[in-house]
Amino acid sequence: MKKWAPYLFISPFFILFAVFSLFPLLFSIYLSFNQWEAASGVEAMQWVGLDNYKYALSDPWFLRSLGNTVWLALASGVPQHLVAIPLAAFIHNSFKRSRNLVIGIYFLPFITSSVAIAMVFNTLFSRDYGQINVLLQWCASLPLIGGLFPAESIDWLGSSLFIKPAVAFVIFWRYLGWNLVLYLSALQVIPKDLYEAATIDGASKRQQFWYITLPQLRPMIYLAVTLTIMGNLQLFEEPFVLVAESSGVSQSVMTTAIFVYKTAFSSGDFGTASAISWLLFLIIASTTWVNNRIFSRNERNERKEAK
Amino acid sequence: MKSSILGAAPLAALTLAFGVAAAPATPTVLPQAAPLPALAPATITVASFPDLDRAVKTALPLWEKLYPQVKVKLVSLQIDDHHNSMTTALAAGARLPDVMAIDFRYVGSFAESKGMEDLLQLPYGAGQYRALFVPFTFVQATSARGTLGAMPADLGPGTLFYRKDLMDKAGIQETDLTQSWESYIAAGKKLKAATGTYLLAGASDLADIYIRANLKDGEGIYFGDKGQVLVDSPRFVKAFELAKAARVAGIDARTVAWTGEWAEGFKRDKVASQMMGSWLSGHLAKWLAPDSKGQWRAANLPAGALASYGGSFYGIPKKAANKTQAWEFIKFMTVNKDIQLHSLKEIGAFPALKAAYADPMMDEPQPYFGGQKTRLLARDTAAKIPVIRVDKFDAVARDIVNMELESVLAQNKDIKTALADAKALITHRARR
Repeated sequence: MKKWAPYLFISPFFILFAVFSLFPLLFSIYLSFNQWEAASGVEAMQWVGLDNYKYALSDPWFLRSLGNTVWLALASGVPQHLVAIPLAAFIHNSFKRSRNLVIGIYFLPFITSSVAIAMVFNTLFSRDYGQINVLLQWCASLPLIGGLFPAESIDWLGSSLFIKPAVAFVIFWRYLGWNLVLYLSALQVIPKDLYEAATIDGASKRQQFWYITLPQLRPMIYLAVTLTIMGNLQLFEEPFVLVAESSGVSQSVMTTAIFVYKTAFSSGDFGTASAISWLLFLIIASTTWVNNRIFSRNERNERKEAK
Repeated sequence: MKSSILGAAPLAALTLAFGVAAAPATPTVLPQAAPLPALAPATITVASFPDLDRAVKTALPLWEKLYPQVKVKLVSLQIDDHHNSMTTALAAGARLPDVMAIDFRYVGSFAESKGMEDLLQLPYGAGQYRALFVPFTFVQATSARGTLGAMPADLGPGTLFYRKDLMDKAGIQETDLTQSWESYIAAGKKLKAATGTYLLAGASDLADIYIRANLKDGEGIYFGDKGQVLVDSPRFVKAFELAKAARVAGIDARTVAWTGEWAEGFKRDKVASQMMGSWLSGHLAKWLAPDSKGQWRAANLPAGALASYGGSFYGIPKKAANKTQAWEFIKFMTVNKDIQLHSLKEIGAFPALKAAYADPMMDEPQPYFGGQKTRLLARDTAAKIPVIRVDKFDAVARDIVNMELESVLAQNKDIKTALADAKALITHRARR
């Protein structure tokens, strides 16, 4: 009994891992080589080899969904970091007691329910009744600068031209707080001596940010960017809840994850959906690898320079 | 076997018993001495979605009086979540309900699935009720193999709802709206000029209803009888042309059905008409436009078009635990006239059971529609709707057609090219 006791005690993790992670993973690989109409039960599976992969790669909607995903990932991901880093430095230096409150306010969108977000932004983006258009029209009526703003209401979620930026903005708004928290935690462990020494040497605040803060933040930038790449390439919730699936323009923000969902549940083609999921996995893995190479090369170069 | 006592006799007795109820919309009268089937005690799970779940909820007190030993557990999810959850439950063959509500958009794929009981087979023998229903509803739930995946509960005869007060202001008669599709668009221009109101919520609604209208018996919306893709046929060309004409004329509010913006259009008197299934009357009165009570009217679709728009069904999964009780419950919800009328009153679900059409309730004036007898209109339309074949790829085809229509409306894509692209993509997606 004593021999088995340790295995018994650690078994809950392995059982849960096997049931909820390992089995779905292996089943999904197996499924990607089968054609399966799920509603007909497991016995309806048919082995088709690589057909699902060939079929997915020849589907124009798959390629379009990849394009949409990359567009949204870049348009919402890049500004997240460009804003979060200086903002984190600003909050770190400027707020003392009220810092946690400010962080909390920025972090709030991250923990808000996506349904609530959809309702709020649908109302704000509404063409005829939305506050964004009301504000733009008020700006357009101002003297001198009025000409810079559109006089006509913009159909944010109904036109293929504006729907992508509108959705990207919501993603940016939602995940900015998350990155802010990551960068703030990294800022707190930068030794104060570095800044003190720099101040004595006469370095300006801007120089301190550029030559101390940014290099010290590099490990966290690497982590945050990796998380953004992985998260943004799997984008689902925001475009899904913001845009009515039945609308024609919904294709403009149909990400690969949404396409997987549609292929499985709308077309009832679970095999192809699994194949697309694995193609997406390969894309995410290779992008993360490239990101890793870029960061580690920079680090190597720096180490060489230091020597 | 308990199933041997199931069938027409007890059902007829049940119907007779309900017949004595004075107010069919709130059936509370117990059957007198009807020989009800001796169902074994059980708790059956009914999986449904809003608003259809209300039809079950309000009929439950009577069910419990008839069969106190059979408890009903109603589980309800939002419509798409419900169907997704049912698909995964069928895939896994676990956690399946005893009775599964199915919306018409999904009935094709569920009927084709081998996970549902064939209700034509014994002990169900649903074939004996076929003549009691509006013909196209039974066909919608029949698979290519000839099996019946579900029983029809309600249907949606295509109806044109319009605001009488706004039309009066612009000097538009009902015949201007219904005479032809062209006169409908012309009326929209007149309305926009006189009142600034849009005639349509979205130009795509026009195409959507046109492609369902005037099908021949046995024809499918997107697929022909040999599975061929029909989306480049003249029906689709005309549907796209009409939608484009409405967009160019500026008479559509460019909103998508069931979005907040769409609902606001009705609430704020910005949209003066909507073509949809007759069940929209319930939504208009309850939450879309309760303030404009008395101002709405219902009419036939333009150019005498006949279309089926929506409907609900009940089926039994093969791996359900209590099939006998489930079948009795499905009959209770579908073959019973009074329960069907009850659903009509409660949620505006138009009965699929023809026996309900002779009831005086059909003749009741509707205060929301200024006293108009809208149920008679829906009844007459329902009787004439052709039998439309459904296909498991209908939902896929609809998505693709919607996307191409959007390219035509917003990006000026050529209609013929758009439809050719749609055909190629649907063929690819349906692997045909």
